[in-house]
Amino acid sequence: MAEPPLLEMRGVRIEGQTGPDWLPIINGVDLTLAKGEVLGLIGESGAGKSTLGLAAMGYTRGGCRISGGSIKFAGQELVGATRADLRLLRGKRIAYVAQSAAASFNPAHNLIDQFIEGPMIHGLGDRATTQSEAVALYDAVQLPEPETIGFRYPHQVSGGQLQRAMTAMAMACKPDLIVFDEPTTALDVTTQIEVLAAIRKAVSEFGTAAIYITHDLAVVAQMADRIMVLRYGDLVEEADTRRMLSAPQEAYTKSLWSVRTFEATPKPASDPAPLLQVENVTAAYGDLTVLHDISTQVQTGRTVAVVGESGSGKSTLARAITGLLTPKQGRIVMDGKALAPDFRRRSKDDLRAIQMIYQIPDTALNPRQSVAQILARPAKFFTGLSGKALYDRVDDLLALIDLEPGLFRSRLPGELSGGQKQRIGIARALAAEPRLIICDEVTSALDQLVAEGILRLLDRLQQELDLSYLFITHDLATVRAVADSVVVMQYGKVVEDGPKAEVFSPPHDPYTELLLSSVPDMDPDWLTRTLEARR
Amino acid sequence: MNSLLRLAGTRLFYGIITLFVVSVVIFFAVELLPGDVAQQILGRDATPETLAALRDRLGLNDPAILRYLSWLHGILQGDLGASLVTGRPISDLVIGRLGNTLFLAAFAAIVAIPLALFLGVMAALYRDTWFDRTINTVTLAAISLPEFFIAYILVLFFSIGFSFQMSGPLAVIAAFVLLALLRGILQARRTGETSGIQLVMAVVFLLILLNGYFRFVPLTTEPMRVLPSLSRMSEDANFGERIFNSILPMLTLVLVTTAYTMRMTRANIVNILSAPYIEMATLKGVPPARIIFWHALPNAWAPIINVVALTLAYLITGVVVVEAVFVYPGLGQLLVDSVAKRDITMVQACCLIFAAAYVLLNMMADIFAIATNPRLLHPK
Amino acid sequence: MSDPIDTMVDQAPLPIDTETKLRRFWRLLKAAPLSVWFSLVVLACYAVLVIFAGVIAPFPETEIVAGSFLPASAEHPMGTDALGRDFLSRMIYAAQNTVLIAIVTTLISFAIGGFLGLLAATVGGWLDQGLGRAVDVLMAIPPLIFALLLLSIFGTSTLNLILIIALVDATRVFRMARAVAMGVVVMEYVEAARLRGEGLLWTVTREVLPNTIAPLMAEFGLRFCFVFLTISALSFLGLGIQPPAADWGTMVRENAALISFGEMTPLYPAAAIGLLTICVNFIVDWLLKISSGLKE
Repeated sequence: MAEPPLLEMRGVRIEGQTGPDWLPIINGVDLTLAKGEVLGLIGESGAGKSTLGLAAMGYTRGGCRISGGSIKFAGQELVGATRADLRLLRGKRIAYVAQSAAASFNPAHNLIDQFIEGPMIHGLGDRATTQSEAVALYDAVQLPEPETIGFRYPHQVSGGQLQRAMTAMAMACKPDLIVFDEPTTALDVTTQIEVLAAIRKAVSEFGTAAIYITHDLAVVAQMADRIMVLRYGDLVEEADTRRMLSAPQEAYTKSLWSVRTFEATPKPASDPAPLLQVENVTAAYGDLTVLHDISTQVQTGRTVAVVGESGSGKSTLARAITGLLTPKQGRIVMDGKALAPDFRRRSKDDLRAIQMIYQIPDTALNPRQSVAQILARPAKFFTGLSGKALYDRVDDLLALIDLEPGLFRSRLPGELSGGQKQRIGIARALAAEPRLIICDEVTSALDQLVAEGILRLLDRLQQELDLSYLFITHDLATVRAVADSVVVMQYGKVVEDGPKAEVFSPPHDPYTELLLSSVPDMDPDWLTRTLEARR
Repeated sequence: MNSLLRLAGTRLFYGIITLFVVSVVIFFAVELLPGDVAQQILGRDATPETLAALRDRLGLNDPAILRYLSWLHGILQGDLGASLVTGRPISDLVIGRLGNTLFLAAFAAIVAIPLALFLGVMAALYRDTWFDRTINTVTLAAISLPEFFIAYILVLFFSIGFSFQMSGPLAVIAAFVLLALLRGILQARRTGETSGIQLVMAVVFLLILLNGYFRFVPLTTEPMRVLPSLSRMSEDANFGERIFNSILPMLTLVLVTTAYTMRMTRANIVNILSAPYIEMATLKGVPPARIIFWHALPNAWAPIINVVALTLAYLITGVVVVEAVFVYPGLGQLLVDSVAKRDITMVQACCLIFAAAYVLLNMMADIFAIATNPRLLHPK
Repeated sequence: MSDPIDTMVDQAPLPIDTETKLRRFWRLLKAAPLSVWFSLVVLACYAVLVIFAGVIAPFPETEIVAGSFLPASAEHPMGTDALGRDFLSRMIYAAQNTVLIAIVTTLISFAIGGFLGLLAATVGGWLDQGLGRAVDVLMAIPPLIFALLLLSIFGTSTLNLILIIALVDATRVFRMARAVAMGVVVMEYVEAARLRGEGLLWTVTREVLPNTIAPLMAEFGLRFCFVFLTISALSFLGLGIQPPAADWGTMVRENAALISFGEMTPLYPAAAIGLLTICVNFIVDWLLKISSGLKE
């Protein structure tokens, strides 16, 4: 095994510029990659994975620079290399697959022209041969109509197909190394599994080495031979996939792995009265019907998880319930009384009973209001408190969400972390003393550790305050963790609706079956097994 | 292709509607007058009889809608009404003036637009180099200075020249600029950033500066030193003479317009160059030239055309002041004179023509933007 | 009842940047390019002239004190104008007149256009459509032309000038304020306020407005320049600020004859106009560049 490594990065330091300062992004990381090996780079957002991946090509984004270390690709030093030298390597021997295929394809040219660009510039063949190679690769990544899909334009092709087309394009020059930068993060699970299959097939068929960057642990378990864990620009741990999964060494790695074990407090077996009933709701945006005859209910003190992929209508259902979208047919009933379809016609008590928490913490809080102001307003508005009583109430709310009042009262949202902002969002909902809280993908934008903290908090609050939750998510692991009953939605229709145990055990509706089986497990053999089973 | 035609048709339709509404606004703005037009013309000490007579003559006793419709009807047939002050038909006067203005504007556009596009692209490509920063500063100055200032400076540089003794402040500024240029050139040589084009531009700038003193290119004819700073456009001047007489106003327009357009182009190109697909092309090892021409340019047509249309629209307003400075017999000069004389019908006619050109240009910009959008050219 | 994972990740408050906003601004200022410092100094001088014109100017604004077109001398550093008034004094008074009128006009245009823009974005629906169409029509006429039309109808008094230019400019401010506000209105905290049942006034003033102030400030500088240049251009054409009030544009026009004799005096007021605009533009440019840094 005396073969020199394909990629050797030693002591790499990268800095980024904000205003007049240069701040470190990567602090002296070592990375070695052998030919044909797949290395997984995982970490939370801000860990520097993308930056490191791009550095493997000798590239830094605008405002960043490599301030130290060496990066050797096949023996050639990339740090300080001339632009011409780098151009010879890029695309030809090292290729890149970006997170967003839609943004990375030039909208003005069709797919095949962008495919053959690589081989043509690097002088690897004539147009005809390259075009037939393109068709072969499109077939290898399982794109529909491989002979003609190349002549389409990027906006004429779906997201998952574009991602596969980008993978094919990366293989155009038969590179030695491909850097995959979160290729499936933006995709639905059912699409993701197809892309993962395509990537694995392409990589193994051509013996390409790969760096696979992701924050999803289950995905990296499928794709990588070896895993490196990054945190704030430092390497935390590095090991073979199976060893790392079964016996992680560092505390941080252990905490990442243990994330998926949270389970909500089990509820008593009693069957409480329904708090909210959705009766035959049909809603539309103009001519486009987005909800078709939806019926479901939420019981007091219970959590209903609404799960579906993009376009399923789950968020639209939330808007119909809160009255932001007036249904064409059907009604929303709370405590036996029908609610006005338009929120503007609802009484203050009705408005107060249903509160919402949003997905993206940055846009959910007014950046110019302090925490105290954000919490005081709904408290004052709905419960009529003022003066000292109001002040104390704000303190109580902060204590409820585990934040020290003295430290956080006067902070602005810009001075809070993502998880803290989300907690404030929860407190804002609590300030109204609601009966039902709609959680719209509240953990989707958070790192997994932080997300688990939020789920624990929500569980505790449910126990203490007898709250009901309508939990909207696309993540089945979260559903397993928090739900009492599950509603599966697809294309604006309810596919399945029942207690969690029932929905998650066979027999299933075909779509539920597809959904459940597409969610990656932490088992490295999951992908192989699932693909076998589907054949 | 169908959706394309439909969209273009819709824009055309909206453009025409806008024109109609604009004509309504222009016409009915006069109705906002406290008192009436006749009062305005004859002043405060007019007798009721003369007022009535004037009102009768002007047809002011008819309801407004009728007057608007007959006005509109006349315009569509080429009759713009009669001047309130001279009583002569407006169309006769306007045609010649319009021709002159179009000539000036077209002349300026033909020079300014390619120059500005070129400079804008160069500045975007070499952004944050000394070249880009100098161009940015110079164009910022150009769009900040009033047009008449630039006009008079040009007159001084090219027509009248200035003697050494009274050029004190100008000498200071010129020396400052020259030193900055020199410093920039030396710096660029050190970092290896120079390109031939940038050096050429610096030399050209130097020559223009020096012309003020040494007058290599004296745009005058003896003995009157003021020519052609006051253009003399006779009706049947031949083409060469027309160009010669229009050079200084044209140059003024070119300078201001180029600055304006160049900044917009640069902003648009920088925007395109920071798109993810450009980064992807870099990561594929695509050479810079191909990135510009094959990747960036096809996406740049729409914003560039938009910029060109906006420039032409901007020219329309800029023409007014320039014509005033050089006493150029164009439509802008006519408009200004009419406003001073309160010749309202003339003002309405001129405004309508300017507004029509503006609306038409904006509409064409919209249509071209649609026609170059790849999503619309190749529908799903 | 806090969970160990929570403590590790979430409850530790982030270290607040101890640098106050003011100190950070000062540090950025010190690193600013030469053009910005130059502009600040120039603007300060202008401010002094505007405020203390009556005190600084050696001669009164409209009084004839000597023969016409006298060359520069110790008593009259810039000579005299066509009627024999001191040029330098008129320059100083003109600063006061022109700048004050431009500021007032810009403030009015912002009040109208800004308020309507925020309102249109927040309310949406028919109000937004209606205002949008009206503004589209008004903007279909080139600004200078429109101003000329209205001036010919209503006459060229200073009040008319201010109102007309403010109206024309308000359309542009409307567009810009609406665009900025639209970016804010789609934020979920505005939706949360709506769902609470907050009234329109609260939503506009407490949720939307504070988040639109920063870009609006920069725009104020730019609109001021536009207004200022338009007023000067109109004065140069004889349709703006009327004599005998001193105004830079008017002074250029009155003394334009001097150019043909190779005298540069008429260019001084023109240069004064240009210098002010250039400096405001430099500062706005710089502010826009650093504003993203400050927001963090």
